[in-house]
Amino acid sequence: MILAIASGKGGTGKTTVALNLAKAVESSVQLMDCDVEEPNCHLFLKALRLADEPVFLPIPRVNESLCNACGLCSRLCQYHAIACLQEKALVFPELCHGCGGCSLVCPRQAIQEIDKRMGVIETFQAGNIMLVHGRLDVGVAMASPLIREVKKRLQKNMFAILDAPPGTSCPVSATLRDSDYVALVAEPTPFGLHDLILTVNMLRELNLPFGVIVNRIGMGDNRVHEFCREKGISLLMDIPDDRRIAEAYSRGSIVIDVLPEYRNLFLQLLDKIQERLSETRGESHANL
Amino acid sequence: MKLAFTTSGDNLDALLDSRFGRAPKILIYDLNTNTFHVIDNQQNRNAVQGAGIQTAEMIVRMGVNYIVTGHCGPKAFQVLSAAGVKVFNTGASTVAEALEQFRAGHLATSSSADVEGHWT
Repeated sequence: MILAIASGKGGTGKTTVALNLAKAVESSVQLMDCDVEEPNCHLFLKALRLADEPVFLPIPRVNESLCNACGLCSRLCQYHAIACLQEKALVFPELCHGCGGCSLVCPRQAIQEIDKRMGVIETFQAGNIMLVHGRLDVGVAMASPLIREVKKRLQKNMFAILDAPPGTSCPVSATLRDSDYVALVAEPTPFGLHDLILTVNMLRELNLPFGVIVNRIGMGDNRVHEFCREKGISLLMDIPDDRRIAEAYSRGSIVIDVLPEYRNLFLQLLDKIQERLSETRGESHANL
Repeated sequence: MKLAFTTSGDNLDALLDSRFGRAPKILIYDLNTNTFHVIDNQQNRNAVQGAGIQTAEMIVRMGVNYIVTGHCGPKAFQVLSAAGVKVFNTGASTVAEALEQFRAGHLATSSSADVEGHWT
C-alpha cells in the first residue's frame, strides 16, 4: 500500500503523522520524504545514510546550424521553456520539466538533450524505516521531476508512506498520483478548513480515496469535523493539542518514543485506513 | 514601424497595464498609418509559467519593432532583445499618454530587464 500524507496548509502535522506512523508499525516500511524543497524527516531519525545519488534532468540544447526555427518545439512545450524567433530557438532551462517532447518533435534532429543536475536523492535506514528523500539544489525551481525520481525508488510489495509538500500545486499532485490512499492533516481553525477545502477539491480531481486527520484538537472549534460529516468524508483520527507533542517535535524526537501512550492512536489510524481502503475497493468491484 | 502597448482595454484611452507577460491585451499601433488594433492575451496571461516568454514570442511574430510597457522581466527581455524588439518602460497611466511620451522622445530604450524574474 502507498499511503500519502498531505495538507493544504503548511505546519499542520504531516511529518509528525508520517514519522509516527512509520515508527508505530514496527515492520519494514518505506518513508519517502517528497518535500524536496525542504526535506526534514531525516532530522527525527538517527539514520544511517546508505546512498547518495545526484539526479539529472534532460534539458534541450539547440544546434543552431540544423535549426530552421520552424517553431514546432516551442508550440509543443507546455512550460514555455523554448521560445522560437524568426531565426533561432531560445531555451530557458529553468522552466524545462525534462519531458523530452521537443527533441522528439524536431523534424531536423536539431535538439540534443543534455543533463542538468537538479539535486540529490539520499537513502537512509533507521530501524524498521527505510527513508528516501530528494533535495533540490539551490536555485532549481522545479520540484516535480525530482519528486518523480524519489518515487521511482519505491519498492513494490512494501508498505510506503509518502510525506507530501504542503499546498495544492504541481509538486503535491506529483506526490499523490498513484497513491492508494491519501490522509489529509488539518487544523480545526478557519484557516485550516479553508485550505482543507482546496485540498479536497484537488483530490476529487485526482480521483483518489482520502480521509481527514484533525490535529491539535482543542485549539479551535468543530468546523473541520462538521465539514467532513456534511460532505461524507472519513474522519480518520483526532490528535489532541498536547503541548508535550510540540515539545517532542521541537527537540527532534518522534512523539511515540517520548509519549508511548500515543502509539495505539497511530496503529488505530492504520487500521482505519486499511478498513476504508478495503471498503472503497469493494465498492469499485461492486460498480464493475 | 509598429509599436506595442500592454493594456487592459480596447482603445487609446484605455489604461496601460504595467505588467508585460500577464497584461490582458496588447494594442499594436502602426506609426506609418496611425492606425491600431488590439490582440487578446488571455491565453498567455493564464499560463502557469512562461507568460512573458510567450507574450514576447507573440509580439515578435506580429512584426512589432518597439514595446512600451510598465515592467519587463529577464526572460521576456531576452526574447525581445534576441529578436531586435526595443523595450521602453513607462509609468504612463493610459496608452495615449504613453504614445505621446514615445513620440515626444521622452522614453529611453532600456538595456536590461527592470524587474526580477519569478523564478530567481
